[in-house]
Amino acid sequence: MTDTNDRIAEIVKSNDIVLFMKGTALFPQCGFSSRAVAILDRLGANYETVDVLQDPEIRQGIKAFSEWPTVPQLYVKGEFVGGSDIMMEMFESGELQQLVGAEA
Amino acid sequence: MPMAASEIEALIKAAIPDAEVTIRDLAGDGDHYAARVVSSSFAGLSRIRQHQAVYAALGGRVGGELHALQLETAVPDTENIP
Repeated sequence: MTDTNDRIAEIVKSNDIVLFMKGTALFPQCGFSSRAVAILDRLGANYETVDVLQDPEIRQGIKAFSEWPTVPQLYVKGEFVGGSDIMMEMFESGELQQLVGAEA
Repeated sequence: MPMAASEIEALIKAAIPDAEVTIRDLAGDGDHYAARVVSSSFAGLSRIRQHQAVYAALGGRVGGELHALQLETAVPDTENIP
């Protein structure tokens, strides 16, 4: 559990924008993950993805890491931003653009 | 295991008494819902904290029993969350 936590912390630390999701950016395996990818693509963000379906430890661990029960989860500069609903709200208000655009 | 919309609403209201809850069954299968929850208790909380309060009210069902709950939270009488 702690190892998984460390692994997740390392991933979050070493990538400016990282999306934990089901499937890949090219082939999302869930509607919510698909929506999250579409938002990031629309913003032209340069992001990494982690496919939790390929890693059961991360799939479980990420929920404890963020105290958030679902995937996708977006992290920007080490901070947990939220899931696809929050991403959509922030996209519509322009906040997400600001957040990810700052380093693009 | 599908859940009734009324059950979701009851759980949220039990934890957040002043909550105004609107639930839509997105797929008609009792497993994909969208909920809008408006409560004055959300004032001053970040979006993440607001959503976490609703997840906590549902006691670990989201991501399990409930595949996913599309969630929107707000404070009464405001267009945007502060």
